[in-house]
Amino acid sequence: MTTGSTEKVNGARALIRCLEEEGVDTIFGYPGGQIIPFYNELYDSNLRHILVRHEQAAAHAADGYARATGKTGVCVSTSGPGATNLVTGIATAYMDSVPIVALTGQVPTFLIGNDAFQEADITGITQPITKHNYLIQDAKELPRIVKEAFHIASTGRPGPVLIDLPKDVQNAEIDFYYPDKVELRGYKPTYKGNVQQIKRAAEEIANSCMPIIYAGGGVISSNASAELLELAETINAPVTTTLMGIGSIPTEHPLYVGMLGMHGSKYANYAVQESDLIIAVGARFDDRVTGKLESFAPNARVIHIDVDPAEISKNVKVHIPIVGDAKQILRSLNKHICRCNSGAWLEKINQWKKEYPLSYKQVSPDIVMPQFVIEQISEACKDAIIVTEVGQHQMWAAQFFKYKEPRTFITSGGLGTMGYGFPAAIGAKVGRPDKTVINIAGDGSFQMNSQELATAVQNDIPVVSVILNNGYLGMVRQWQELFYDRRYSHTFIKGSVDFVKLAEAYGALGLRAEKPSEVRPAIEEAVRSGRPAVVEVIVECEANVYPMVPAGAAINEILDIEEHADTPCAMPDLRTATADRVLDLEEQ
Amino acid sequence: MKHTLAVLVENKSGVLSRVASLFSRRGYNIDSLAVGVTEDPEISRMTIVVQGNDQVLEQVTKQLNKLVDVIKVSDIGADDAVERELALIKVSADVTERAEIIQIANIFRARIVDVAPKSITVEVTGDESKINAIEKLLRQFGIKEMVRTGKIALIRGPKKV
Repeated sequence: MTTGSTEKVNGARALIRCLEEEGVDTIFGYPGGQIIPFYNELYDSNLRHILVRHEQAAAHAADGYARATGKTGVCVSTSGPGATNLVTGIATAYMDSVPIVALTGQVPTFLIGNDAFQEADITGITQPITKHNYLIQDAKELPRIVKEAFHIASTGRPGPVLIDLPKDVQNAEIDFYYPDKVELRGYKPTYKGNVQQIKRAAEEIANSCMPIIYAGGGVISSNASAELLELAETINAPVTTTLMGIGSIPTEHPLYVGMLGMHGSKYANYAVQESDLIIAVGARFDDRVTGKLESFAPNARVIHIDVDPAEISKNVKVHIPIVGDAKQILRSLNKHICRCNSGAWLEKINQWKKEYPLSYKQVSPDIVMPQFVIEQISEACKDAIIVTEVGQHQMWAAQFFKYKEPRTFITSGGLGTMGYGFPAAIGAKVGRPDKTVINIAGDGSFQMNSQELATAVQNDIPVVSVILNNGYLGMVRQWQELFYDRRYSHTFIKGSVDFVKLAEAYGALGLRAEKPSEVRPAIEEAVRSGRPAVVEVIVECEANVYPMVPAGAAINEILDIEEHADTPCAMPDLRTATADRVLDLEEQ
Repeated sequence: MKHTLAVLVENKSGVLSRVASLFSRRGYNIDSLAVGVTEDPEISRMTIVVQGNDQVLEQVTKQLNKLVDVIKVSDIGADDAVERELALIKVSADVTERAEIIQIANIFRARIVDVAPKSITVEVTGDESKINAIEKLLRQFGIKEMVRTGKIALIRGPKKV
């Protein structure tokens, strides 16, 4: 059961030894009263600690690090407010199945339940948003619990695990040993798919003339992109991805039809609706993907490959479920498959691709369209890791950047957390220092964690944030325009900061682009600088994300750019106000 | 439709709250829940009676299985099982009514566990319908207070969950 000889150490030192045993090299955190013993031991250790400026950022950075590297991210905070500040980041990781381990200080065991200073029941609070959590009550249990936590976080369907560490547990002396395996009788994920089911799936594929592969984040987390591609190319089937699945197949692959769902391409949605077979891999038929469930893919049989049995038939009735790891299942499935008779089907899809391409209208030659900025980033930084905040810019980044490989598109899909992008980009850059990391942001989202500029500067993490500044909380404004009679209630965010000066105040590089011709040079300068940088791009204030499936509609009932592009603005005063602000900026 | 789930869990603090909060946050209704330790002191058994169609039951089972502290979930509603609840019923009773109440208790093989000048307490075990039946009969005398456990159940014969 144990490795090596034992030695006497305190709980805090034992924790650091455990992290080292798990191969952790970097942690993201913020100290405080009840986690001081851990930080005291950290002082002498070789672990890299990135000091953030808000605990939420530590959780997001650990998450970005995990998504970019495939390793488990680690974040640390103190008890009470430090721990509750992690909550949004933990929930974000939970919704997107990202392996992180969160370590929180806690008041000493004899004070727990006493409403002590900076006490919060963080295991209670995080119960619904963690895969599992622990309150360590005896330091002797610490090594076993840390071992289990990393195991649970990174295996099966990955997810966050929290360990709450009372201060007296951190101080208590134990004989340190690190277990070499875990024994959890209630946790045994399935990896290998059922052979009979795999054969049935192969038969189903052979009989299909209009198949479509629907790939989700599970393909990326199980590193199954190569197997997915082999499946698609062998059977000759189109591939659509969810937001989380972007990057699992190159954007420019001829079989790729783009993202499906609410802001998916028209041709992806049409293809899913008309298909006779959906091969879902590591995807969960989320409401943003299926639209109105009753009219989703009415003629399709469904094969569903997923590591989480609870996702099978949760939303859409599945005909052939295969529970297990996507990579392993695709590997064995690929041995049984042959080319489908899908020629006519692909021709039809290619026709749709030509007829309904992703596009946007240039409203005037001097105004920067937000989609144009993404295209420029895509050309200037071909191999970059793109991280996003949440909103319109996120959808444009999903639609207009040409991704080449997995783990290069990092975004908060399930929870939709504004403020995620910048700290996640910091985590991604720490994990992949060889990569250019671009955080595509909106002016609303960026302000939710802009204090992390200090983290990037202090730790010399050259992340470039490109802020598409339209002066609005754009996605909500778009909904208000389309579904709430243009009543722009509290979505106009005049009074936002001067982002260039903000960057400079933190010691980062600040640049601004206001005309289309200035966009590319500003992006290139920011990347070339090798410094943390902010590029503020003043973009068309009322551009909308299209195509769009209204909430509750079937996914082939799609609004497109033509139907809305030329409608006049109902609130010209606000529009003028935005224009005035842009003019103000021009004068500076 | 009602289902009876036998759920084996780690006998640790916090497990009941994990199970209960799973039901509430996913919108499943618990009819009754009974927990106690099993023949193995490290394992507790929860008997949960839950309402819902087959799809709801499938989700409940799968979500319960995802909890690390849950070892095994079995739907034993369809099995031939011994099912019991226990109720303590305090009935208003003066001297003139006592005999009749004792007679009812005897018919149901219930026991009188406390007698006072103006009340009598009946202990009854059985399945849900039996307890409902005695409750209905005792109601005419006036039930001052009643407490019922949730259902517990074991499959008949040598089969285990």
